[in-house]
Amino acid sequence: MNRSMANRFTPYMFMAPAAVIMAIALLYPLGYMVWGSFRDWNPSQTIGEAEFVGLKNYITLWNDPNFRESLGVTLRFAFFVVTFEMIIGVGLALLLDREIRGMSVLRTMFILPMMIAPVVVGLMWRYMYHPTVGTFNRFLDSWGLPKVDWLGQYALGSVIIADIWQWTPFIFILSLAALQSLPRSALEAARIDGATGWQQIIHIKLPLMMPVLIVTGLLRLIDAFKVLEVILVMTEGGPGLSTEILALRISRTATEFRELGVAAAMSNYLLMLLLLLTVAMFAFTRWQESRAARIRAAVEEDA
Amino acid sequence: MATSPNRQHPAFYALITLLVVMSVGPVLLMFVNSFKLDVDIISGATGMIFLPTIQNYETALCDVLWYEPEHIDFCSLKFGGAFINSLIIALVSTVLTLVIGCMAAYALVRFRFMGRDTVSLTTLMVRMVPPAVLLVPVFGLWNNEFCLDRDGLIGGLIRDTFGGRRDVCLAGTHSGIILIYVAMNLPFVIWILQSFIVQVPRSLEEAARVDGAGPFQVFFLVVLPLIKPGLAAAAIFTFRIAWNEYLLASALSDRNTKTVPILIVNNMSEFNVEWGVIMATGMLLAIPPIIFTLFASRQIITGMTAGAVKG
Repeated sequence: MNRSMANRFTPYMFMAPAAVIMAIALLYPLGYMVWGSFRDWNPSQTIGEAEFVGLKNYITLWNDPNFRESLGVTLRFAFFVVTFEMIIGVGLALLLDREIRGMSVLRTMFILPMMIAPVVVGLMWRYMYHPTVGTFNRFLDSWGLPKVDWLGQYALGSVIIADIWQWTPFIFILSLAALQSLPRSALEAARIDGATGWQQIIHIKLPLMMPVLIVTGLLRLIDAFKVLEVILVMTEGGPGLSTEILALRISRTATEFRELGVAAAMSNYLLMLLLLLTVAMFAFTRWQESRAARIRAAVEEDA
Repeated sequence: MATSPNRQHPAFYALITLLVVMSVGPVLLMFVNSFKLDVDIISGATGMIFLPTIQNYETALCDVLWYEPEHIDFCSLKFGGAFINSLIIALVSTVLTLVIGCMAAYALVRFRFMGRDTVSLTTLMVRMVPPAVLLVPVFGLWNNEFCLDRDGLIGGLIRDTFGGRRDVCLAGTHSGIILIYVAMNLPFVIWILQSFIVQVPRSLEEAARVDGAGPFQVFFLVVLPLIKPGLAAAAIFTFRIAWNEYLLASALSDRNTKTVPILIVNNMSEFNVEWGVIMATGMLLAIPPIIFTLFASRQIITGMTAGAVKG
């Protein structure tokens, strides 16, 4: 009796710490934020003292040209970053999918940029982009070329390059893993039928890799909306608003402008955007799995 | 594949060399510069030929050095303290996340507690939440709500022991930062460990149970040793986030609980950046992740692929 009681409560005992911590430190804060976004709230007040203003924060934001600019920057950043990283990462994976001695050493070096603190990545790139002492301009100078104002005129592009440097290896490693788990028989058959390298890539490898590629791309897209520290250290959002992505604007609204209500509303906009992406990704993987199951069932019926 | 390893095109090796230079180059550059004096960095004429100096590291670590470097009059950069804070926060939150996450993952897999769908959906949902979104509520809650009344029993006790005039709040303490890191990392850790626990054969656990082991014994003595690779991957990812995170730490910490990323950002935003010292601090912050990368790259790749491909 005692034993079976203990067994029945075991799962709850195992789950309890995780559930409690996530409820206190994740779900409650999120709910708190939604509640706070309807209030005119500044950091010196508790949320109870703040005045309820309904949807005012959301409407103000929607009509605020700075917010729109920042939203535009975020979308542009995410789009370019993911596009370039996918093209370069998948391209490299296709190129390097051969038996090379020391591939594991190579992979170790490629994951280095991802493991280093974003703050440090920002620091390195800020140094390299520096108008006078920076590596790039010094290089251009030594070849007699005109200097480029990396973090001024081309700030967004420069920030995108830094992110591509940091995260292309992620896509490279995942697509390489996908490539190496492709069914050998399909590739074999294609080669026997005389398909050229390009034809193999376009008609066989890419379509077979597609599920992994889409999930990877979506994951990267979601992460691209989270980037903050690298940009904060490199440009602090400037010059003007040219690199002020939403995450950065939220933190500035909260800490510099001291408008917690508006910052909360902005966080909610960002969250809704990401929610849409996540649901899309989840739906896609479910659909993929059910399709795979159907195919498997069909194969078994044939056999 | 078809081509043998020793018949690759030379351009192929050129490409690989280029890629390696590109990915490691900036880190090496920072490493080299951290041993240069600011004069050398700014003049730049000498290139690779310079007199290496550890002055920058001495400046950075001045508050924990046992001797007084002669080039410093006043130790303004409290890097040593920040480093210790970072270490405490990252280690404690990693251990806590692993223990709690492990138990939850085990319950989810073995006891069919909730549908796998629900779990993976929640995991994904939480994974998408950017730290910036948590900034506002965490700042508000940790400063105002998660406090012990200073006139209350426990709050009064803490106040009398540690001093301070205001209510005792989570903000500004190590535990406050640790709490949010554990919560942020839990979903991912549960997700990764789940995929490892599924592979543990059930018969092993049943054998242990027949021999009279209770559920906790089965878990700690049978399951845990079998999922070590998963634990390693999860530990590295948790440590990395807790070690590198800036935004939430900057909102929650005070003068005494500053972590290294905050220190670096604060020093970067000054008008006159001391490149040498900044690079030295950056290098010190980067050392633990670099060590992990060198010694556990396989686990990192496992974690990465498990998190993405099965996500």
